[in-house]
Amino acid sequence: MAEGKDSCVKPARGPIVESAGQPESAGASVERGHAPVLAKVGRPAPDFEATAYYQGGYENIRLSDYRGQWVVLCFYPGDFTFV
Amino acid sequence: MLAMSVDSRFSHKIWQETELSQMVPGGFPYPMLNDPGGRIGAVYGVYDEESGVDVRGRFIIDPDGIIQAVEILTPSVGRNVTEFIRQVQAFQHVRATGEVTPSGWQPGRPTLTPSPALTGKVWTAWKTDMAL
Repeated sequence: MAEGKDSCVKPARGPIVESAGQPESAGASVERGHAPVLAKVGRPAPDFEATAYYQGGYENIRLSDYRGQWVVLCFYPGDFTFV
Repeated sequence: MLAMSVDSRFSHKIWQETELSQMVPGGFPYPMLNDPGGRIGAVYGVYDEESGVDVRGRFIIDPDGIIQAVEILTPSVGRNVTEFIRQVQAFQHVRATGEVTPSGWQPGRPTLTPSPALTGKVWTAWKTDMAL
């Protein structure tokens, strides 16, 4: 496999949630890792930045960079699981 | 296509090199993202605190960033890729034409165009065997 991008990626921001329009506690609860569920059909997909392995290298990926394209976001339980 | 789990980017790399590349020629071709502590999964309603993993959630997001479809499965059952592709085709068709796709729609099959005239007359245009 070809040599990929620099492995020294900056820490990713995780969920990027606007506090406007949310209950006042929403921002703080995201920091604590107990975020309210914000994803609903017909509503904007909550933005995030995450570190990724892609094409042999490491990089940070932000969902909103894909605006203008169809995106499928698939969560899965874990690497090396059986299904 | 973005795949995400609580595993680190390093784990993703080793999984790709040792197993996924054996299943898919050239390896899994899309970004594999790391969700430390399930913080992103929690916002998407797929993080299971008891097991500490993101369960099998799938979100179709349109070019405006709007979630059009959600499917969430517990870990033991895998996804149906055929049905996923059908849904993407249906949402793309709806976006392009303004028509709507009845149950069981496949590309090339009849769509419906909502109107006052169609009210109460869907049974003339759509039969139950078309759901399958």
